[in-house]
Amino acid sequence: MNGHDAREAVHRAINQVAPDVEPADLEAEARLRQDLELDSLDFLRLVETIDTSTGVNIPERDYPQVSTVGGLIAYLTAHG
Amino acid sequence: MTAGTTQPTRWPRISKDPQAFPVEPNLADYHSVCRAFSWDSARQALSGLPGGGLNIAHEAVDRHAAGPRAGHEALRFVRADGSTHSLSYRELAEQTSRFAAVLAQLGIGRTERVFSLMGRTPELYVAVLGTLKNGSVFCPLFSAFGPEPVRQRLQLGSGRLLVTTRALYRKKVARIRDALPDLKFVLLIDADGEPEPGTLDLAGLMEAAPGDARIASTQGEDMALLHFTSGTTGTPKGAIHVHEAVTAHYATGLYALDLHPEDVYWCTADPGWVTGTSYGVIAPLVHGVTTVVDQEEMDADRWYRILAEQRVTVWYTAPTALRMLMKAGADRASGHDLSALRFVASVGEPLNPEVVVWGREAFGQPVHDNWWQTETGGIMIANFAATEIRPGSMGRPLPGVEAALVQRDGNGKAVIVDSEPVLVTEPDTMGELALRAGWPSMFRGYLHEEERYRSCFAGGWYLTGDVAKRDADGYYWFVGRGDDVIKSSGHLIGPFEVESSLMEHQAVAQAGVIGVPDPVAGEVVKAFVELRNGWEPSEELRLDIIGFARKRLGAAVAPRMVEFTTALPRTRSGKILRRLLKARELGLPEGDTSTIETPQEAP
Repeated sequence: MNGHDAREAVHRAINQVAPDVEPADLEAEARLRQDLELDSLDFLRLVETIDTSTGVNIPERDYPQVSTVGGLIAYLTAHG
Repeated sequence: MTAGTTQPTRWPRISKDPQAFPVEPNLADYHSVCRAFSWDSARQALSGLPGGGLNIAHEAVDRHAAGPRAGHEALRFVRADGSTHSLSYRELAEQTSRFAAVLAQLGIGRTERVFSLMGRTPELYVAVLGTLKNGSVFCPLFSAFGPEPVRQRLQLGSGRLLVTTRALYRKKVARIRDALPDLKFVLLIDADGEPEPGTLDLAGLMEAAPGDARIASTQGEDMALLHFTSGTTGTPKGAIHVHEAVTAHYATGLYALDLHPEDVYWCTADPGWVTGTSYGVIAPLVHGVTTVVDQEEMDADRWYRILAEQRVTVWYTAPTALRMLMKAGADRASGHDLSALRFVASVGEPLNPEVVVWGREAFGQPVHDNWWQTETGGIMIANFAATEIRPGSMGRPLPGVEAALVQRDGNGKAVIVDSEPVLVTEPDTMGELALRAGWPSMFRGYLHEEERYRSCFAGGWYLTGDVAKRDADGYYWFVGRGDDVIKSSGHLIGPFEVESSLMEHQAVAQAGVIGVPDPVAGEVVKAFVELRNGWEPSEELRLDIIGFARKRLGAAVAPRMVEFTTALPRTRSGKILRRLLKARELGLPEGDTSTIETPQEAP
């Protein structure tokens, strides 16, 4: 997946799970839990949403790599 | 009805061998300890204030700071990077005295309410105990609440002072400040010398305050803590707890958590909820043990690392977290040395037997489920360290606690005859769980709502609203809530609160909110929404409504699912029938529908 598609997929998935997050807040370094205030259930749904929309399954052991918006985009770029 | 109600018989009982325990259990023989127990004798284990009276903070901090445990590590904070920062009992005594002095200087008096809205930082723990030292009442708010629950609770509790962070203040409080005339002071823990307009710098005030202020001479029945909880209807209820509750915090820490003086104890609950206050702050400190506080959000690897690196011996956590760990796989625990861990307990919602048993694979210890509520102030029913576990059962009543089941009528109401509840005596029969009133941590009221409080009691019993069964040996088994309250990730959510917020959205005419089963959270909030004329259902509108609710209520309370419907089922008087919404959602029989307005199509 190229970086542009990965970014699109991440923004769409976050909007699905947490439509209260402003697009302007989706900076690369924004932390999903602390800055965007996704709770643990939101995070699980985000991972599922991304799996469904992109086919990329993020195993639990890789969760630390996807704790920020930028980390998630980079992960999809590398694995999608 | 709710997760965790699978057939008990499928799971073999877990027996114990106390001889092999690293420490002698505090409760070895259930029946003999129960027989010998009295609350008066439990109270003797506490010190009491030097001049008479009782104060939770004295029992939790000052008496240790004045004795041989002064230098013992009281709180150990684990920062995001894994490094730690500790406070000894002596240091905690000094800081909490400074905080109390700050309150006194600002004119915050006895029984006035001090609120907190922040993460698990040292300042939060100092604020809880410092407030009690000043004789004021502490009311914690969960930092993930949106501005609406924050405003409502501050208003209902007439909060005089709020301790929070700059970011949370800007995001959730600054805009609602005008609606809170009682709120005189806001103290920022991270003002760094430059508080926001209308706020004060806590660190600066603390520095200038004396560290040897005298503790308020509170009495056992003085109000100490205010915890908000949700009901089926109306506004959240502020459950009042008094200083005497510390007797129960002590006794339940002794028996249900099996605390011993050299324990390193970790309670994963946030002090924004009652578990995080009763068992994340008070009970372990009263026992003089070392309490670990993780300042970060849950993460499987991080949690295993903390258990191993901090050599945690007693761990108190929640079903949702355990189910997430189970999902991540027991192999994640491998490579972490969990040999120090000797007791694992869980609370918040019924724990599925699978998880109880899985604990042995992951932690080398089965998980001990226990049961209590905001109103009970402390653990009431538990599986104990040295006694048999029946996976799926919440266990047996604590010493000093008398539990019973009350018969329910066709509408799910407790059967009361001549002001006395009719008790269920047959084993394995459903009834509403009731507790004989009078234990020390029993709530003493709902703030400003005397009638609502009185209606919780009948014939000397407190009716819990939870439905359970009891087997022939006295083990209790959770069945479900007796009302429409939703239990998600261990937190009670009032459907009315969510519906009211949804109806403020310009497109929403009516909303009906229920809990639907979820494999991780037990239940999640689902809303059925009727649109106003001129609005059409669309994916965009659905997301807009969810976003609107999340902004107001926060992620923990807002609905995770919204479904459009053209006709919510209502009674003839117009009340939305959540019970019917739920039956339809789950494909259950719809029961007695004679009071419904008109037959409606399924939502």
